[in-house]
Amino acid sequence: MFAYYLQLGLRSLRKNPLLTALMVMAIGCGVAASMTTYSVFRATSNNPIPEKSSQLYVPQIDNWGPDSAKDNKGEPPNAMTYTDAINLMRDKRAKRQTALYPAAMSIVPADPAMLPFRETSYGWYADAFPMFNIPFLYGHGWTASEDDAHAAVAVIGKDLNDKLFNGANSVGKNINLNGRDYRIVGVADKWNPEPVFYDVINTSGFDDPIQVFIPFTRAVELKTPTNGNNNCNHDSGNGWDAWIRSECVWLGFWAELPTKADADAYRQYLNGYSAEQQRAGRFRWAPNTRLRDVVDWLDYQKVVPQEAKVSMMVSLGFLLICLVNTVGLLLAKFMKRSSEIGVRRALGATRREIYLQFLIEAAAIGLAGGVVGLLLTGLGVMGVSLVFEPDIAKLATLDMSLVLLTVLVAILATVLAAFYPTWRAAQVQPAWQLKSN
Amino acid sequence: MTMLQIKPILAALKRHKAGTILIALQIALTLAIVCNALFIISQRLDRVQRPTGLVESDLMAIQNRFVGIDESAAAPLTKADLVALRQLPGVQDVVAINSYPLRGGGWSTGVRTDVDAKDSKAHTTQYFSDEHALATMGVRLVEGRNFRADEIVEADPQAVPDPAVIIVSKALADKMYPDGHALGKVVYIGDSKKPSTIVGIVERLEVPWNGTWSDSFYENSLIQPVQLVSSFTNYLIRAKPGQLPDVLKAAPAALVKVNRMRVIPSERGVRSFAEVREHAYKGDRGMAILMGVVCLVLLGITAAGIVGLTSFWVGQRRKQIGVRRALGATKHDILSYFLTENLMIGVAGVVIGALLAIAMNLWLVTQYEMARLSLPYVMVGIVALLLLGQGATLAPAMRASRVSPVEATRSV
Repeated sequence: MFAYYLQLGLRSLRKNPLLTALMVMAIGCGVAASMTTYSVFRATSNNPIPEKSSQLYVPQIDNWGPDSAKDNKGEPPNAMTYTDAINLMRDKRAKRQTALYPAAMSIVPADPAMLPFRETSYGWYADAFPMFNIPFLYGHGWTASEDDAHAAVAVIGKDLNDKLFNGANSVGKNINLNGRDYRIVGVADKWNPEPVFYDVINTSGFDDPIQVFIPFTRAVELKTPTNGNNNCNHDSGNGWDAWIRSECVWLGFWAELPTKADADAYRQYLNGYSAEQQRAGRFRWAPNTRLRDVVDWLDYQKVVPQEAKVSMMVSLGFLLICLVNTVGLLLAKFMKRSSEIGVRRALGATRREIYLQFLIEAAAIGLAGGVVGLLLTGLGVMGVSLVFEPDIAKLATLDMSLVLLTVLVAILATVLAAFYPTWRAAQVQPAWQLKSN
Repeated sequence: MTMLQIKPILAALKRHKAGTILIALQIALTLAIVCNALFIISQRLDRVQRPTGLVESDLMAIQNRFVGIDESAAAPLTKADLVALRQLPGVQDVVAINSYPLRGGGWSTGVRTDVDAKDSKAHTTQYFSDEHALATMGVRLVEGRNFRADEIVEADPQAVPDPAVIIVSKALADKMYPDGHALGKVVYIGDSKKPSTIVGIVERLEVPWNGTWSDSFYENSLIQPVQLVSSFTNYLIRAKPGQLPDVLKAAPAALVKVNRMRVIPSERGVRSFAEVREHAYKGDRGMAILMGVVCLVLLGITAAGIVGLTSFWVGQRRKQIGVRRALGATKHDILSYFLTENLMIGVAGVVIGALLAIAMNLWLVTQYEMARLSLPYVMVGIVALLLLGQGATLAPAMRASRVSPVEATRSV
């Protein structure tokens, strides 16, 4: 039966090629527009570390007070001072924790023919490697005692290892960073969470993967400036020491809290810590702290670009119009065949069979629309770099799941659009049609 | 005569409720989206056309970072670079500067005119450079004077002293002293208690950002006579007319020759100002193109939908048309009947659509910091859609008008 209806459908579609082409194009365009923007939306609203996103938290402490917070809906600053980060590291109230910042590091190759170059570099603590599930190709992260010793050790990324050591195991070798030697203790395998949740503040969520990791304590000891933002509510005074003791916020902080109870306990700890700072006279206001997990944090930081949201809305509207259009055209097409329906009904076809026949015909149109939509989505994904930053544009890809989704959306949407016209077709009175003929 | 047709049209439309509603709905939705899309396009284009105040055609920028030195040791290295760059044959002038228009990152602060004021009077960007800045950027001094060489100080970026003298953009001057007499007056930068005197006013100098957040102060700039001592700096180079292509190649090579312990990023490390501009406005231009394509395709689809449904109606009513023709209606009557019918549906559609467009814009305003839709865009959209509807109806209506009176006698 299905094959027969499909055959009937295809024949009817051929009978009126212009109308069919119009519908197919409308569905194709609508689906392609939505899928192209969805590909960007999907990439930017991705959960970068699904296995742990509910266990990793960003604490925020209000060290600027209500006057600054009122400009920001009462929220504390979104980065941390050196003072608070060091205190939280010392108290060790989470299973694992790390302060971090993008340290401005340049690599000086041993080969004198190569010029110095830069890679994305971070200073953080030993805990960060197991905390962020960083895979290792060779070696491992450094140890907590190396953190304490401000050791000159480094973990490098796979790409950098390929570039400097042709991919060989470089553990134990030295790398020159900013003119000083560091012993390589590990080579991290490809680790490229998207969005880069660990430092949304400085990257807006999208950046090249980290290639150099060194101990935070070492980076600070060497007064390595941050490559990221530094926000001050007052003049920080003269020089590095004054700056790190100031209320300027420039550090990221992450805590691993495996259970909800751990998170609640940590919240209490943050409030207790703030109250302690208040008693000590540093804060002249009641504790105002936050603790957000990965998903909440990305949401709060609005990682999905405004362009992605607006164009997603526009394309959904676009798809809606295409569907309204399809409803109209299908209605015209089906009602034109009232007499055919009358004959079929008179020959014993039930309403249900009419339904089935026309929905299958619609599904065939949807399938054709999906194929056109797929081609246009391919074009659209290529054109994404027109609108979005390259860091974001490269994430939008036409993979298998998007292909399936495109075709599925096209068929579903068309069948949905066909319900009303089909219902009208099934209402056709056989006697009436026969009489008028 | 058209008036007389309204009643029969209404009666006919009542029998085609579904089709009528579908066309009206489609026109309404299309209008809502097209208005907002047009508005987004024009806003983006306005921003792209904003002048920076610089002589962009002769400018280029190099991003430089010295490697393996203490921050405090950067000053002589920067000086040596400037000397080398100024000696290049095609170079007219060079400065080391913390940022420049369209670069994307920089410093900003509030400024006050009254030392006791708690709130700042204006928000502005801060450029730190020397007496070559105006000549290099090519900004026009409209009042006062340039910095003198003896006014330039070196400073740690963490501890920039409050300058005795500053140069401000006209927009900032007017914001702080609306009476137009800003020259020689003082401003207080940030929460400083020390006054800085305005010694020069430049016609126009944009801030380094071009996003929405800086829209409220995009021409408020001040230049401080401070050379920041930092291993990271931007060199802004003005080539002699027509020599930019040569300087683009010669300048980075000259820097590496002076001192190779530096990083000039392979990506965006050396750029002509045209590239700076293109990169800065890529998103805006792309968004405008995207919205333009969406508008065109949408209008096309809506037109196609109207053609399709009207053709269907014409086909359905051949017999009635034949009867009317037989009873004396002219071809023109039939044509105007269908055009009027479409106009009526169209008017209903655009009324709903205009309301939808405004609602959609209000929602976008609350969600995405967008500006309020201005009425002309809605008017343009309304006219465009009504014309589109008439255009799309024309072909089927012409076909209807050619239906012969004989059809009245035929069945189906």
